[in-house]
Amino acid sequence: MKTTTKATAFYNVFERKGGPHKETTHYCPGCGHGNVHKMIAEAMDDLGINDKTVFVSPVGCSVFGYYYFDCGNFQAAHGRAPAVATGIKRANPDSVVISYQGDGDLAAIGTAETLHAANRGENITVFFVNNAIYGMTGGQMAPTTLIEQKTATTPRGRVESEHGNPIKMAEIISTLPAATYVERVAIGNSKHIMKARKAIRKALKNQVENRGYSFVEILSVCPTGWKMDSPDARDWLTDQMIEAFPLGVYKDESSEREDGWYRDVKPFVPAELNKYFGVNAEADVAPVDLKKDLFCKFAGFGGQGILTMGLFLAQIGMRADHNVSWIPAYGPEMRGGTANCSVNVSNKRIGTPLVERPNVMVAMNLPSLEMFEKDVVDGGVILVDSGIVDKTPDTDRLDVVMIPATEIADEVGTPKVANVVMLGAMIAATDAYSLDFVSETLKVVVKKKNLIDMNLAALQRGYDFVKNGS
Amino acid sequence: MSRQFMKGNDAIVVGALQAGCRAYYGYPITPASEIAHAASLHFPALGGTFIQAESEVAAINMVYGTAGMGIRTMTASSSPGFSLKQEGMSYLAGAELPCVVVNIQRGGPGLGNIAPEQADYFQVVKGGGHGNYRLITLAPNCAQEMCDLTSKAFDLADKWRNPACILADGFIGQMMEPVEVPEAKEIPFDHSDWCVRGDAETHKNLVSSIVLEPEDLEAHNFKLHKKYLEIQESEVLFEDYKTEDADLVVVAYGITSRVVYSTIDQARELGLKVGLLRPITLWPFPSEKLAELAADGTKKFLSVELSTGQMIEDVKLAVNGKCPVELYGRCGGVVPGGEELIQRYEEIMNGKPISDGGVR
Repeated sequence: MKTTTKATAFYNVFERKGGPHKETTHYCPGCGHGNVHKMIAEAMDDLGINDKTVFVSPVGCSVFGYYYFDCGNFQAAHGRAPAVATGIKRANPDSVVISYQGDGDLAAIGTAETLHAANRGENITVFFVNNAIYGMTGGQMAPTTLIEQKTATTPRGRVESEHGNPIKMAEIISTLPAATYVERVAIGNSKHIMKARKAIRKALKNQVENRGYSFVEILSVCPTGWKMDSPDARDWLTDQMIEAFPLGVYKDESSEREDGWYRDVKPFVPAELNKYFGVNAEADVAPVDLKKDLFCKFAGFGGQGILTMGLFLAQIGMRADHNVSWIPAYGPEMRGGTANCSVNVSNKRIGTPLVERPNVMVAMNLPSLEMFEKDVVDGGVILVDSGIVDKTPDTDRLDVVMIPATEIADEVGTPKVANVVMLGAMIAATDAYSLDFVSETLKVVVKKKNLIDMNLAALQRGYDFVKNGS
Repeated sequence: MSRQFMKGNDAIVVGALQAGCRAYYGYPITPASEIAHAASLHFPALGGTFIQAESEVAAINMVYGTAGMGIRTMTASSSPGFSLKQEGMSYLAGAELPCVVVNIQRGGPGLGNIAPEQADYFQVVKGGGHGNYRLITLAPNCAQEMCDLTSKAFDLADKWRNPACILADGFIGQMMEPVEVPEAKEIPFDHSDWCVRGDAETHKNLVSSIVLEPEDLEAHNFKLHKKYLEIQESEVLFEDYKTEDADLVVVAYGITSRVVYSTIDQARELGLKVGLLRPITLWPFPSEKLAELAADGTKKFLSVELSTGQMIEDVKLAVNGKCPVELYGRCGGVVPGGEELIQRYEEIMNGKPISDGGVR
């Protein structure tokens, strides 16, 4: 196709195109892409959006859209243009993003991206050039190939029972509530082309006015793929394709959606981030001595607050300016009726966060005691909820504390604070931190502020049980 | 300084935001989902973008779109999801788009399980997608590094116009530790000469990985190759703990490096002179350092990894036959304990074959 008068949205000379002929397109004679490109370029001119337009070329014959359009250009992977367009539009909601796709790209390999971009109501414009065949790869069946149509991969013609039916994308997309405007047009004759021009312009204008997702399916021709000359191809489009793919407006809520689909984003402002994350805030650290490193395994039933107990201890250690780590049971340890976590509190850099040989163990059910007692180092502290576990660990080898933590918690107000009773007992049994320090820290780390008093009472009771036996 | 107690996965989001990342695209998968949770909380609150994409494939292509706009963006997943992103990774590398991708590795192959593994090393470090390309690959081993190396990954990605990967494992992602939140600073990179922003300044630019003419594509590949060589020369990071006088140099990254670190002093108390060489960048790999350690031919090397032997190939290439290189690998979510490792050190140093042939 020799181009004589061109829209300014086209380059004058197609420098990106290789070879000697930089004023003609790469399309075959009679191809429909030239018509569609021209209508888009003219609409861009009319709307004055050349600078802010970003044209996404897919894989297929229109892979080289960037040869021609004098605007920002992206080349995308096969079928992914709507996802790429989403990433572009969300990064700059003031850009005008065109996803220009063929039938294989949009309705086969990229069906998911197509439907979900529409379903999110991305404020983009999708031009779907449906020519019922794969052109670039050599005339294979497309998702929109007609019944009985012969292609390189349907040599006996498309058969419903074997290949399914031509897929009707405009109809499908029009069922999605977030889509604003869906129309199917054609380029079979000049009447078609007039309607197509109008639809293309409207679909772009909608985006400029932030009215949301617009989808224009354009029934086009592929004389090469169809093995026809150009006039026959136009006739076949008009006679056969339109019967399978009726033209018309399938959905139009454009007038109701002015500026409704502008998704604002803010640029990166370091000071705002620093404020948000409290980078310059005074750290709540009150360094105290740690007499002995704690390698803890806390275990019990799910729901007993075992993991939270570990989190409390780790945060106490952090506030005391010690090195800490917390990790929940993960992998093979998750089996066997025990929810558990490993906590390290150390003066030194912590190596493995997994506590293999604890020197402090809390067992709040029998399976936990049976699973982990043997791992506790000689002379280690083991605390057992004696109201739940009917077994005493090896008192010769270990420093054993039997404490009815859940019963005490009940007396305090709820069995849910049994973990904090246990924490108080653990603090007392190990002398790791003072009760005052732990109480002060709990006031900070307990998230529900109305539960602080009950937690402090539970902590005190556990502590007293070990220190005073009551 | 603000010191906060957080999961490794959450620390990634903090590190990304402080580095100026403005858009997150992801798909849920255990054990990486906390990254999406935190991103969905913080990105919109700070005027950024969060999209739960329809697929991993869509997520990585949304990254392609935003990265092509010259804006910092990321996605995160775990092994099976990361496999799905490989097409996009290749396009990103081909089009030279800076971005950060995170892989919190879990057990494979196939659906495997949700427990930690390090068996995506080949996929991430050697390729994964099609064509000649490399991913700058950082391997954090604590929550602080999950934050800091994510920030650094954005700088490296911008500096080299290349995707950068955070390769961690389920343990490092799930573990909670104190994190000092780094200060956010202005980004010292300008991409106006190549990115497409949808404005007058950049409207002549093209983001693309297609190069049709054979000679041109060869030139593009050679250009990328030259870039990769420069990265190898200038961006290697590692941690060296007592390798200088070690008879046995243990090489480990991520969670296994934490376990190995715990064993070094214990082993030395038992008279075993062991040291740890921890690659922080897996690509570029600290080959030069390993070659240096192997130069006089007196040491032994051991690769400890949660795989049946992947990183060991790079250790062997670096050692280049000068010293013996052994493997100890566990899989499926099983992490070797310290005592188990020390037993292997003893076996190797006494010239015995490793129990179970090095892979259990």
